[in-house]
Amino acid sequence: MAEPILALDDLCKAYGALKVTSHVSLDVRPGEIHAVIGPNGAGKTTLIGQISGSLAPDSGRIRFDGRDVTALPMHARAHAGLLRSFQITEILPAFTARENVALALQAREGHSFRFWRNVSRDADLNARADACLAELGLEARAEVPAGTLSHGEKRALELAIAMACEPKLLLLDEPMAGTGREETDRLVEVLRALKGRYAMLLVEHDMSAVFALADRISVLVYGEIVATGTPEEIRDNPRVREAYLGEEAVA
Amino acid sequence: MSTQSAPARLSRELIGALIVFALFAGLPILADAMGDTFVVFFTIRIMVFAIAAVSLSLILGYGAMVSFGHAAYLGLGAYCVAILAEHGIWDVTVSLPVTLAVCGLFALVTGAISLKTRGVYFIMITLAFGQMAYYTATSLSAYGGDDGLTMWGRTEILGSTALGDRTVFYYVVLGCLLTCYLLARMIVASRFGRVLQGAKQSEMRLRAIGIDPYAYRLIAYVIAGMMAGLAGALLANAAEFVSPAYMSWHRSGELIVMVVLGGLGSLLGAIVGAASFLVLEEVLSHFTEHWRLIFGPFLVLVVLFGRGGLISLLPGGRKNG
Repeated sequence: MAEPILALDDLCKAYGALKVTSHVSLDVRPGEIHAVIGPNGAGKTTLIGQISGSLAPDSGRIRFDGRDVTALPMHARAHAGLLRSFQITEILPAFTARENVALALQAREGHSFRFWRNVSRDADLNARADACLAELGLEARAEVPAGTLSHGEKRALELAIAMACEPKLLLLDEPMAGTGREETDRLVEVLRALKGRYAMLLVEHDMSAVFALADRISVLVYGEIVATGTPEEIRDNPRVREAYLGEEAVA
Repeated sequence: MSTQSAPARLSRELIGALIVFALFAGLPILADAMGDTFVVFFTIRIMVFAIAAVSLSLILGYGAMVSFGHAAYLGLGAYCVAILAEHGIWDVTVSLPVTLAVCGLFALVTGAISLKTRGVYFIMITLAFGQMAYYTATSLSAYGGDDGLTMWGRTEILGSTALGDRTVFYYVVLGCLLTCYLLARMIVASRFGRVLQGAKQSEMRLRAIGIDPYAYRLIAYVIAGMMAGLAGALLANAAEFVSPAYMSWHRSGELIVMVVLGGLGSLLGAIVGAASFLVLEEVLSHFTEHWRLIFGPFLVLVVLFGRGGLISLLPGGRKNG
Protein backbone atom coordinates (compact mmCIF):
# COMPACT_ATOMS: atom_id res chain seq x y z
CA MET A 1 0.00 0.00 0.00
CA ALA A 2 1.32 3.42 -0.95
CA GLU A 3 2.20 5.96 1.68
CA PRO A 4 -0.93 8.04 2.45
CA ILE A 5 -0.89 11.59 1.07
CA LEU A 6 -2.70 12.87 4.16
CA ALA A 7 -2.64 11.33 7.61
CA LEU A 8 -4.40 12.67 10.70
CA ASP A 9 -3.00 11.25 13.90
CA ASP A 10 -5.03 11.50 17.09
CA LEU A 11 -6.38 14.99 16.36
CA CYS A 12 -8.21 16.67 19.26
CA LYS A 13 -9.90 20.03 19.57
CA ALA A 14 -12.32 21.30 22.19
CA TYR A 15 -14.25 24.51 22.69
CA GLY A 16 -14.43 24.61 26.47
CA ALA A 17 -16.02 21.33 27.56
CA LEU A 18 -17.34 20.60 24.08
CA LYS A 19 -15.10 18.17 22.24
CA VAL A 20 -15.57 19.01 18.57
CA THR A 21 -12.75 16.75 17.43
CA SER A 22 -11.96 13.76 19.58
CA HIS A 23 -8.97 11.51 18.81
CA VAL A 24 -9.56 11.60 15.07
CA SER A 25 -7.15 9.51 13.02
CA LEU A 26 -7.73 8.95 9.34
CA ASP A 27 -5.75 8.92 6.14
CA VAL A 28 -6.22 9.56 2.44
CA ARG A 29 -4.23 7.46 -0.04
CA PRO A 30 -3.01 8.79 -3.37
CA GLY A 31 -5.79 8.88 -5.94
CA GLU A 32 -8.43 7.91 -3.43
CA ILE A 33 -11.69 9.64 -2.58
CA HIS A 34 -12.18 9.38 1.14
CA ALA A 35 -15.53 10.76 2.26
CA VAL A 36 -16.34 12.00 5.75
CA ILE A 37 -20.01 11.92 6.62
CA GLY A 38 -21.79 12.66 9.83
CA PRO A 39 -24.93 14.30 11.18
CA ASN A 40 -25.14 18.06 11.69
CA GLY A 41 -22.89 19.19 14.51
CA ALA A 42 -20.61 16.19 14.17
CA GLY A 43 -17.63 18.50 13.77
CA LYS A 44 -17.03 18.14 10.04
CA THR A 45 -16.36 21.81 9.34
CA THR A 46 -14.05 22.10 12.35
CA LEU A 47 -12.14 19.09 11.07
CA ILE A 48 -11.79 20.69 7.62
CA GLY A 49 -10.59 23.87 9.30
CA GLN A 50 -7.83 22.00 11.11
CA ILE A 51 -6.72 20.13 8.00
CA SER A 52 -6.66 23.27 5.83
CA GLY A 53 -4.92 25.31 8.52
CA SER A 54 -7.53 27.93 9.39
CA LEU A 55 -7.95 26.34 12.85
CA ALA A 56 -5.25 24.96 15.14
CA PRO A 57 -5.84 21.57 16.79
CA ASP A 58 -5.30 21.26 20.55
CA SER A 59 -3.24 18.10 20.09
CA GLY A 60 -2.39 15.54 17.46
CA ARG A 61 -0.45 15.68 14.22
CA ILE A 62 -1.28 16.28 10.58
CA ARG A 63 1.09 14.80 8.03
CA PHE A 64 0.76 15.83 4.41
CA ASP A 65 2.84 14.59 1.51
CA GLY A 66 5.50 13.12 3.76
CA ARG A 67 5.93 16.00 6.18
CA ASP A 68 4.39 17.36 9.33
CA VAL A 69 2.22 20.39 8.46
CA THR A 70 0.52 20.77 11.85
CA ALA A 71 2.19 24.13 12.50
CA LEU A 72 1.97 25.51 8.93
CA PRO A 73 -0.44 28.37 8.21
CA MET A 74 -3.15 27.93 5.61
CA HIS A 75 -1.36 29.64 2.73
CA ALA A 76 1.76 27.53 3.24
CA ARG A 77 -0.30 24.32 3.18
CA ALA A 78 -1.96 25.51 -0.02
CA HIS A 79 1.49 26.02 -1.48
CA ALA A 80 2.41 22.48 -0.53
CA GLY A 81 -0.57 21.23 -2.55
CA LEU A 82 -3.33 20.97 0.04
CA LEU A 83 -6.22 22.85 -1.56
CA ARG A 84 -9.66 23.36 -0.12
CA SER A 85 -13.04 24.41 -1.37
CA PHE A 86 -15.53 26.15 0.88
CA GLN A 87 -18.96 25.17 2.12
CA ILE A 88 -20.11 28.74 1.56
CA THR A 89 -18.72 29.72 -1.82
CA GLU A 90 -15.61 31.83 -1.47
CA ILE A 91 -14.73 33.41 -4.80
CA LEU A 92 -13.62 36.90 -5.79
CA PRO A 93 -16.95 38.34 -6.99
CA ALA A 94 -15.66 41.45 -8.76
CA PHE A 95 -13.12 39.49 -10.79
CA THR A 96 -14.13 37.59 -13.88
CA ALA A 97 -14.06 33.80 -13.78
CA ARG A 98 -10.83 33.94 -15.77
CA GLU A 99 -9.23 36.39 -13.34
CA ASN A 100 -10.19 34.17 -10.42
CA VAL A 101 -8.38 31.21 -11.95
CA ALA A 102 -5.46 33.32 -13.23
CA LEU A 103 -4.82 34.59 -9.71
CA ALA A 104 -4.57 31.00 -8.50
CA LEU A 105 -2.11 30.18 -11.30
CA GLN A 106 -0.17 33.30 -10.38
CA ALA A 107 0.01 32.15 -6.74
CA ARG A 108 1.42 28.86 -7.97
CA GLU A 109 4.29 30.63 -9.72
CA GLY A 110 5.78 32.04 -6.56
CA HIS A 111 5.63 35.61 -5.36
CA SER A 112 3.58 38.27 -7.11
CA PHE A 113 5.81 41.26 -6.41
CA ARG A 114 5.72 42.09 -10.10
CA PHE A 115 4.65 45.63 -10.72
CA TRP A 116 5.29 46.44 -14.35
CA ARG A 117 3.57 44.10 -16.77
CA ASN A 118 -0.15 44.28 -17.32
CA VAL A 119 -1.40 40.94 -16.05
CA SER A 120 -4.68 41.00 -18.00
CA ARG A 121 -2.61 40.98 -21.22
CA ASP A 122 -0.51 38.01 -20.15
CA ALA A 123 -1.65 35.71 -22.96
CA ASP A 124 0.07 32.63 -21.57
CA LEU A 125 -1.52 33.06 -18.15
CA ASN A 126 -4.95 33.68 -19.67
CA ALA A 127 -4.68 30.64 -21.93
CA ARG A 128 -3.85 28.39 -19.01
CA ALA A 129 -6.71 29.89 -16.97
CA ASP A 130 -9.10 29.25 -19.85
CA ALA A 131 -7.91 25.64 -20.06
CA CYS A 132 -8.80 25.14 -16.38
CA LEU A 133 -12.21 26.73 -16.93
CA ALA A 134 -12.82 24.51 -19.97
CA GLU A 135 -12.21 21.38 -17.91
CA LEU A 136 -15.19 22.31 -15.77
CA GLY A 137 -17.36 23.49 -18.65
CA LEU A 138 -17.00 27.17 -17.80
CA GLU A 139 -15.15 28.29 -20.94
CA ALA A 140 -18.10 30.35 -22.18
CA ARG A 141 -18.27 32.18 -18.84
CA ALA A 142 -14.62 33.27 -18.69
CA GLU A 143 -15.36 37.00 -19.04
CA VAL A 144 -18.34 37.08 -16.68
CA PRO A 145 -17.83 38.63 -13.23
CA ALA A 146 -17.72 35.68 -10.86
CA GLY A 147 -20.28 37.29 -8.57
CA THR A 148 -22.97 37.02 -11.25
CA LEU A 149 -22.44 33.30 -12.00
CA SER A 150 -25.14 30.84 -10.99
CA HIS A 151 -24.66 28.92 -7.75
CA GLY A 152 -23.64 25.75 -9.54
CA GLU A 153 -21.22 27.67 -11.74
CA LYS A 154 -19.64 29.23 -8.67
CA ARG A 155 -19.21 25.74 -7.25
CA ALA A 156 -17.50 24.64 -10.45
CA LEU A 157 -15.36 27.80 -10.42
CA GLU A 158 -14.15 26.95 -6.92
CA LEU A 159 -13.03 23.59 -8.25
CA ALA A 160 -11.32 25.23 -11.22
CA ILE A 161 -9.46 27.55 -8.85
CA ALA A 162 -8.34 24.61 -6.71
CA MET A 163 -7.24 22.62 -9.76
CA ALA A 164 -5.25 25.59 -11.08
CA CYS A 165 -3.13 25.29 -7.93
CA GLU A 166 -1.97 21.79 -8.98
CA PRO A 167 -3.29 20.15 -5.84
CA LYS A 168 -1.99 16.90 -4.40
CA LEU A 169 -5.10 16.70 -2.27
CA LEU A 170 -8.48 18.35 -2.69
CA LEU A 171 -10.29 19.08 0.52
CA LEU A 172 -13.92 19.47 -0.50
CA ASP A 173 -16.21 21.00 2.11
CA GLU A 174 -19.74 20.07 1.09
CA PRO A 175 -19.36 20.85 -2.61
CA MET A 176 -22.99 19.91 -3.25
CA ALA A 177 -24.39 22.20 -0.54
CA GLY A 178 -27.20 24.33 -1.87
CA THR A 179 -27.12 22.98 -5.42
CA GLY A 180 -30.17 21.61 -7.21
CA ARG A 181 -30.55 17.97 -8.24
CA GLU A 182 -29.33 18.56 -11.78
CA GLU A 183 -26.31 20.56 -10.68
CA THR A 184 -25.47 17.92 -8.09
CA ASP A 185 -25.51 15.26 -10.79
CA ARG A 186 -23.24 17.41 -12.94
CA LEU A 187 -20.81 17.97 -10.08
CA VAL A 188 -20.76 14.24 -9.31
CA GLU A 189 -19.81 13.63 -12.94
CA VAL A 190 -17.09 16.28 -12.73
CA LEU A 191 -15.64 14.75 -9.56
CA ARG A 192 -15.87 11.25 -11.01
CA ALA A 193 -13.85 12.46 -13.99
CA LEU A 194 -11.21 13.85 -11.64
CA LYS A 195 -11.07 10.68 -9.59
CA GLY A 196 -7.64 9.10 -9.60
CA ARG A 197 -6.02 12.33 -10.72
CA TYR A 198 -6.20 13.92 -7.29
CA ALA A 199 -6.64 12.44 -3.88
CA MET A 200 -9.79 13.90 -2.32
CA LEU A 201 -11.18 14.23 1.14
CA LEU A 202 -14.86 14.82 0.56
CA VAL A 203 -17.05 16.11 3.37
CA GLU A 204 -20.60 15.89 2.13
CA HIS A 205 -24.21 15.67 3.23
CA ASP A 206 -25.56 14.29 -0.02
CA MET A 207 -25.58 10.52 0.58
CA SER A 208 -26.14 9.48 -3.01
CA ALA A 209 -23.16 11.57 -4.08
CA VAL A 210 -20.98 10.12 -1.33
CA PHE A 211 -21.87 6.50 -2.11
CA ALA A 212 -21.45 7.14 -5.83
CA LEU A 213 -17.96 8.61 -5.47
CA ALA A 214 -16.16 7.42 -2.35
CA ASP A 215 -13.63 4.60 -2.15
CA ARG A 216 -13.77 4.72 1.61
CA ILE A 217 -16.08 6.46 4.03
CA SER A 218 -15.46 7.59 7.58
CA VAL A 219 -18.39 8.38 9.84
CA LEU A 220 -17.98 11.25 12.28
CA VAL A 221 -20.36 11.46 15.25
CA TYR A 222 -19.87 14.01 18.04
CA GLY A 223 -16.30 14.63 16.95
CA GLU A 224 -15.37 10.96 16.93
CA ILE A 225 -14.79 8.59 14.03
CA VAL A 226 -17.16 5.69 14.73
CA ALA A 227 -16.40 3.70 11.59
CA THR A 228 -14.21 3.69 8.51
CA GLY A 229 -14.67 1.34 5.57
CA THR A 230 -15.82 0.81 2.02
CA PRO A 231 -19.28 2.09 1.11
CA GLU A 232 -20.68 -1.45 1.47
CA GLU A 233 -19.17 -1.91 4.92
CA ILE A 234 -20.50 1.45 6.04
CA ARG A 235 -23.95 0.74 4.66
CA ASP A 236 -24.10 -2.50 6.67
CA ASN A 237 -22.50 -1.20 9.85
CA PRO A 238 -25.14 -1.26 12.61
CA ARG A 239 -23.55 1.58 14.61
CA VAL A 240 -23.58 3.78 11.57
CA ARG A 241 -27.17 2.93 10.73
CA GLU A 242 -28.17 3.83 14.24
CA ALA A 243 -26.14 7.04 14.44
CA TYR A 244 -26.74 8.39 11.04
CA LEU A 245 -28.19 6.49 8.13
CA GLY A 246 -31.31 5.55 10.04
CA GLU A 247 -32.26 9.08 10.73
CA GLU A 248 -31.47 10.02 7.12
CA ALA A 249 -33.71 7.23 5.86
CA VAL A 250 -36.58 8.50 7.98
CA ALA A 251 -36.03 12.03 6.69
CA MET B 1 -18.48 46.66 -10.17
CA SER B 2 -18.76 47.37 -13.82
CA THR B 3 -19.95 44.68 -16.13
CA GLN B 4 -18.34 46.38 -19.11
CA SER B 5 -15.55 44.49 -20.75
CA ALA B 6 -12.05 45.50 -19.78
CA PRO B 7 -11.16 47.24 -23.08
CA ALA B 8 -14.29 49.44 -22.92
CA ARG B 9 -13.44 50.42 -19.36
CA LEU B 10 -9.88 51.08 -20.32
CA SER B 11 -10.59 53.36 -23.24
CA ARG B 12 -13.12 55.36 -21.22
CA GLU B 13 -10.55 55.94 -18.49
CA LEU B 14 -7.99 56.76 -21.16
CA ILE B 15 -10.20 59.41 -22.76
CA GLY B 16 -11.00 60.85 -19.34
CA ALA B 17 -7.31 60.98 -18.42
CA LEU B 18 -6.42 62.67 -21.72
CA ILE B 19 -9.07 65.35 -21.11
CA VAL B 20 -8.01 65.95 -17.49
CA PHE B 21 -4.31 66.19 -18.27
CA ALA B 22 -4.93 68.33 -21.37
CA LEU B 23 -6.86 70.76 -19.16
CA PHE B 24 -4.04 70.85 -16.65
CA ALA B 25 -1.44 71.33 -19.39
CA GLY B 26 -3.33 74.13 -21.12
CA LEU B 27 -4.36 76.05 -18.05
CA PRO B 28 -1.24 78.25 -17.54
CA ILE B 29 -1.45 79.43 -21.15
CA LEU B 30 -5.09 80.38 -20.67
CA ALA B 31 -4.36 82.01 -17.32
CA ASP B 32 -1.50 84.04 -18.81
CA ALA B 33 -3.75 85.25 -21.59
CA MET B 34 -6.28 86.38 -18.98
CA GLY B 35 -3.56 87.81 -16.75
CA ASP B 36 -4.83 85.75 -13.83
CA THR B 37 -2.06 84.39 -11.62
CA PHE B 38 -4.27 83.11 -8.79
CA VAL B 39 -5.66 80.31 -10.99
CA VAL B 40 -2.16 78.96 -11.57
CA PHE B 41 -1.30 78.92 -7.87
CA PHE B 42 -4.64 77.37 -7.09
CA THR B 43 -4.22 74.65 -9.73
CA ILE B 44 -0.76 73.81 -8.37
CA ARG B 45 -2.48 73.20 -5.05
CA ILE B 46 -5.09 71.02 -6.77
CA MET B 47 -2.43 68.92 -8.48
CA VAL B 48 -0.46 68.47 -5.25
CA PHE B 49 -3.53 67.19 -3.43
CA ALA B 50 -4.41 65.09 -6.47
CA ILE B 51 -1.08 63.26 -6.02
CA ALA B 52 -1.92 62.63 -2.36
CA ALA B 53 -5.44 61.50 -3.33
CA VAL B 54 -4.09 59.14 -6.01
CA SER B 55 -1.77 57.59 -3.43
CA LEU B 56 -4.62 57.15 -0.96
CA SER B 57 -6.86 55.78 -3.70
CA LEU B 58 -4.27 53.09 -4.36
CA ILE B 59 -4.60 51.63 -0.85
CA LEU B 60 -8.17 52.71 -0.06
CA GLY B 61 -9.86 52.03 -3.38
CA TYR B 62 -7.89 48.96 -4.42
CA GLY B 63 -6.76 47.52 -1.11
CA ALA B 64 -9.65 48.54 1.18
CA MET B 65 -7.16 50.02 3.64
CA VAL B 66 -8.98 53.02 5.11
CA SER B 67 -6.01 55.01 6.31
CA PHE B 68 -7.13 57.88 8.52
CA GLY B 69 -3.58 59.13 8.92
CA HIS B 70 -2.58 59.67 5.34
CA ALA B 71 -1.98 63.40 5.84
CA ALA B 72 0.96 62.45 8.07
CA TYR B 73 2.92 61.61 4.91
CA LEU B 74 1.96 64.92 3.36
CA GLY B 75 3.33 66.68 6.43
CA LEU B 76 6.33 64.41 6.75
CA GLY B 77 7.34 65.06 3.15
CA ALA B 78 6.87 68.80 3.61
CA TYR B 79 8.92 68.87 6.83
CA CYS B 80 11.75 66.86 5.25
CA VAL B 81 12.17 69.49 2.55
CA ALA B 82 11.75 72.45 4.91
CA ILE B 83 14.08 71.12 7.62
CA LEU B 84 16.79 70.32 5.07
CA ALA B 85 16.37 73.83 3.66
CA GLU B 86 16.67 75.25 7.17
CA HIS B 87 20.09 73.59 7.30
CA GLY B 88 21.04 74.98 3.93
CA ILE B 89 20.43 71.84 1.89
CA TRP B 90 18.26 72.85 -1.04
CA ASP B 91 19.09 70.44 -3.79
CA VAL B 92 16.55 67.95 -5.05
CA THR B 93 19.23 65.27 -5.37
CA VAL B 94 19.36 65.21 -1.56
CA SER B 95 15.89 66.33 -0.51
CA LEU B 96 13.92 63.98 -2.76
CA PRO B 97 15.70 60.74 -1.74
CA VAL B 98 15.58 61.80 1.93
CA THR B 99 11.86 62.60 1.69
CA LEU B 100 11.05 59.28 0.01
CA ALA B 101 13.23 57.31 2.43
CA VAL B 102 11.76 58.95 5.53
CA CYS B 103 8.17 58.55 4.35
CA GLY B 104 8.82 55.01 3.15
CA LEU B 105 10.39 54.04 6.46
CA PHE B 106 7.57 55.62 8.48
CA ALA B 107 5.05 53.76 6.33
CA LEU B 108 6.97 50.51 6.69
CA VAL B 109 7.09 50.67 10.48
CA THR B 110 3.57 52.00 11.12
CA GLY B 111 2.12 49.89 8.32
CA ALA B 112 3.70 46.71 9.67
CA ILE B 113 1.87 47.33 12.95
CA SER B 114 -1.39 48.78 11.56
CA LEU B 115 -1.89 46.02 9.01
CA LYS B 116 -2.10 43.44 11.79
CA THR B 117 -5.56 44.92 12.37
CA ARG B 118 -8.68 45.22 10.22
CA GLY B 119 -11.65 47.50 9.72
CA VAL B 120 -12.35 50.05 12.41
CA TYR B 121 -9.18 49.12 14.29
CA PHE B 122 -7.09 49.88 11.23
CA ILE B 123 -8.80 53.27 10.91
CA MET B 124 -8.13 54.05 14.57
CA ILE B 125 -4.51 52.92 14.60
CA THR B 126 -3.61 54.86 11.44
CA LEU B 127 -5.35 57.87 13.00
CA ALA B 128 -3.23 57.38 16.12
CA PHE B 129 0.01 57.25 14.14
CA GLY B 130 -1.09 60.33 12.19
CA GLN B 131 -1.75 62.23 15.40
CA MET B 132 1.62 61.14 16.76
CA ALA B 133 3.28 62.70 13.74
CA TYR B 134 1.14 65.81 14.19
CA TYR B 135 2.04 66.33 17.83
CA THR B 136 5.68 65.59 17.14
CA ALA B 137 5.64 68.38 14.56
CA THR B 138 3.97 70.83 16.96
CA SER B 139 6.67 70.11 19.54
CA LEU B 140 9.58 70.72 17.16
CA SER B 141 10.37 74.12 18.65
CA ALA B 142 13.63 74.33 16.70
CA TYR B 143 11.56 74.21 13.53
CA GLY B 144 8.77 76.58 14.44
CA GLY B 145 6.63 74.25 16.52
CA ASP B 146 2.97 75.22 16.29
CA ASP B 147 3.70 78.22 14.09
CA GLY B 148 5.31 76.24 11.30
CA LEU B 149 8.42 76.96 9.38
CA THR B 150 8.99 79.33 6.47
CA MET B 151 11.15 78.21 3.55
CA TRP B 152 13.07 81.11 2.05
CA GLY B 153 12.94 79.78 -1.48
CA ARG B 154 12.27 76.60 -3.38
CA THR B 155 14.08 73.33 -3.89
CA GLU B 156 16.95 73.63 -6.35
CA ILE B 157 17.70 71.28 -9.20
CA LEU B 158 21.47 70.71 -9.44
CA GLY B 159 22.08 74.25 -8.24
CA SER B 160 19.49 75.80 -10.55
CA THR B 161 16.67 77.84 -9.05
CA ALA B 162 14.40 77.17 -12.00
CA LEU B 163 11.57 76.03 -9.72
CA GLY B 164 11.29 79.64 -8.53
CA ASP B 165 9.57 80.33 -11.85
CA ARG B 166 5.85 79.86 -11.46
CA THR B 167 5.30 78.23 -14.83
CA VAL B 168 8.26 75.87 -14.54
CA PHE B 169 7.13 74.83 -11.07
CA TYR B 170 3.60 74.31 -12.38
CA TYR B 171 4.77 71.90 -15.07
CA VAL B 172 7.08 70.06 -12.69
CA VAL B 173 4.11 69.45 -10.38
CA LEU B 174 2.04 68.35 -13.38
CA GLY B 175 4.84 66.00 -14.41
CA CYS B 176 4.89 64.53 -10.90
CA LEU B 177 1.12 64.04 -10.97
CA LEU B 178 1.26 62.37 -14.37
CA THR B 179 4.10 60.09 -13.24
CA CYS B 180 2.30 59.10 -10.04
CA TYR B 181 -0.94 58.48 -11.91
CA LEU B 182 0.73 56.30 -14.55
CA LEU B 183 2.75 54.46 -11.89
CA ALA B 184 -0.38 53.77 -9.85
CA ARG B 185 -2.25 52.58 -12.95
CA MET B 186 0.56 50.23 -13.81
CA ILE B 187 0.66 48.85 -10.28
CA VAL B 188 -3.09 48.30 -10.26
CA ALA B 189 -2.95 46.39 -13.56
CA SER B 190 0.03 44.24 -12.55
CA ARG B 191 0.20 40.87 -10.83
CA PHE B 192 0.83 42.75 -7.61
CA GLY B 193 -2.28 44.85 -8.17
CA ARG B 194 -4.38 41.77 -8.81
CA VAL B 195 -3.32 40.28 -5.48
CA LEU B 196 -4.14 43.57 -3.77
CA GLN B 197 -7.61 43.72 -5.29
CA GLY B 198 -8.20 40.03 -4.62
CA ALA B 199 -7.32 40.47 -0.95
CA LYS B 200 -9.87 43.27 -0.77
CA GLN B 201 -12.61 40.90 -1.95
CA SER B 202 -11.76 37.82 0.10
CA GLU B 203 -8.72 37.35 2.25
CA MET B 204 -9.77 33.75 2.95
CA ARG B 205 -9.81 32.95 -0.77
CA LEU B 206 -6.27 34.26 -1.15
CA ARG B 207 -5.00 32.18 1.74
CA ALA B 208 -6.74 29.16 0.28
CA ILE B 209 -4.79 29.48 -2.96
CA GLY B 210 -1.53 30.02 -1.12
CA ILE B 211 -1.16 33.80 -0.86
CA ASP B 212 -0.63 35.62 2.41
CA PRO B 213 -1.86 39.16 1.60
CA TYR B 214 0.01 40.87 4.46
CA ALA B 215 3.27 41.61 2.61
CA TYR B 216 1.37 42.82 -0.47
CA ARG B 217 -0.71 45.21 1.60
CA LEU B 218 2.39 46.46 3.38
CA ILE B 219 4.27 47.18 0.15
CA ALA B 220 1.22 49.00 -1.25
CA TYR B 221 1.05 51.00 1.96
CA VAL B 222 4.72 51.96 1.66
CA ILE B 223 4.33 52.96 -2.01
CA ALA B 224 1.30 55.11 -1.11
CA GLY B 225 3.21 56.69 1.79
CA MET B 226 6.13 57.62 -0.43
CA MET B 227 3.81 59.04 -3.07
CA ALA B 228 2.04 61.18 -0.47
CA GLY B 229 5.47 62.24 0.80
CA LEU B 230 6.30 63.51 -2.68
CA ALA B 231 3.04 65.50 -2.61
CA GLY B 232 4.14 66.92 0.75
CA ALA B 233 7.52 67.98 -0.64
CA LEU B 234 5.73 69.76 -3.49
CA LEU B 235 3.27 71.34 -1.06
CA ALA B 236 6.13 72.81 1.00
CA ASN B 237 7.60 74.25 -2.20
CA ALA B 238 4.27 75.60 -3.39
CA ALA B 239 3.56 77.45 -0.15
CA GLU B 240 7.23 78.00 0.80
CA PHE B 241 5.98 77.24 4.26
CA VAL B 242 5.22 74.15 6.32
CA SER B 243 3.06 73.74 9.39
CA PRO B 244 1.80 70.91 11.59
CA ALA B 245 -1.68 71.61 10.19
CA TYR B 246 -0.61 69.70 7.06
CA MET B 247 -0.79 66.49 9.08
CA SER B 248 -3.88 67.12 11.18
CA TRP B 249 -6.57 64.49 11.14
CA HIS B 250 -8.92 66.94 9.38
CA ARG B 251 -6.57 66.83 6.46
CA SER B 252 -6.57 63.02 6.48
CA GLY B 253 -10.35 63.12 6.47
CA GLU B 254 -10.37 65.55 3.55
CA LEU B 255 -8.15 63.20 1.56
CA ILE B 256 -10.63 60.37 2.16
CA VAL B 257 -13.49 62.67 1.09
CA MET B 258 -11.60 63.51 -2.13
CA VAL B 259 -11.16 59.83 -2.97
CA VAL B 260 -14.76 58.91 -2.16
CA LEU B 261 -16.13 62.01 -3.92
CA GLY B 262 -14.22 61.21 -7.10
CA GLY B 263 -15.02 57.51 -7.02
CA LEU B 264 -13.56 54.61 -5.06
CA GLY B 265 -11.61 52.29 -7.27
CA SER B 266 -10.76 54.89 -9.89
CA LEU B 267 -7.39 56.63 -9.92
CA LEU B 268 -8.66 59.29 -12.29
CA GLY B 269 -11.57 59.70 -9.88
CA ALA B 270 -9.11 60.62 -7.14
CA ILE B 271 -7.76 63.46 -9.30
CA VAL B 272 -11.28 64.63 -10.19
CA GLY B 273 -12.25 64.33 -6.53
CA ALA B 274 -9.31 66.42 -5.33
CA ALA B 275 -10.06 69.10 -7.91
CA SER B 276 -13.79 69.15 -7.13
CA PHE B 277 -13.20 69.31 -3.40
CA LEU B 278 -10.78 72.23 -3.57
CA VAL B 279 -12.83 74.14 -6.15
CA LEU B 280 -16.02 73.72 -4.13
CA GLU B 281 -14.21 74.75 -0.96
CA GLU B 282 -12.86 77.85 -2.72
CA VAL B 283 -16.12 78.84 -4.41
CA LEU B 284 -18.46 78.08 -1.53
CA SER B 285 -16.28 79.82 1.04
CA HIS B 286 -16.68 83.01 -1.01
CA PHE B 287 -20.40 82.96 -0.29
CA THR B 288 -20.36 81.88 3.32
CA GLU B 289 -17.91 80.84 5.96
CA HIS B 290 -20.30 77.98 6.73
CA TRP B 291 -19.51 76.44 3.36
CA ARG B 292 -19.43 72.95 4.86
CA LEU B 293 -23.19 73.25 5.41
CA ILE B 294 -23.56 73.21 1.63
CA PHE B 295 -20.69 70.85 0.92
CA GLY B 296 -21.93 68.19 3.36
CA PRO B 297 -25.31 67.59 1.71
CA PHE B 298 -23.62 67.72 -1.71
CA LEU B 299 -21.28 64.91 -0.66
CA VAL B 300 -24.22 62.90 0.66
CA LEU B 301 -26.02 63.31 -2.69
CA VAL B 302 -22.97 62.20 -4.67
CA VAL B 303 -22.49 59.15 -2.46
CA LEU B 304 -26.22 58.27 -2.63
CA PHE B 305 -26.87 58.83 -6.32
CA GLY B 306 -23.51 58.32 -7.92
CA ARG B 307 -22.26 55.33 -6.03
CA GLY B 308 -19.19 55.25 -8.21
CA GLY B 309 -18.44 58.88 -7.28
CA LEU B 310 -18.25 61.89 -9.62
CA ILE B 311 -16.32 59.87 -12.19
CA SER B 312 -19.36 57.62 -12.71
CA LEU B 313 -21.59 60.63 -13.42
CA LEU B 314 -19.57 61.56 -16.51
CA PRO B 315 -21.06 60.63 -19.90
CA GLY B 316 -20.63 56.93 -20.58
CA GLY B 317 -19.91 56.35 -16.95
CA ARG B 318 -20.72 53.25 -14.98
CA LYS B 319 -24.46 53.22 -14.62
CA ASN B 320 -24.79 51.06 -11.55
CA GLY B 321 -21.61 51.58 -9.65
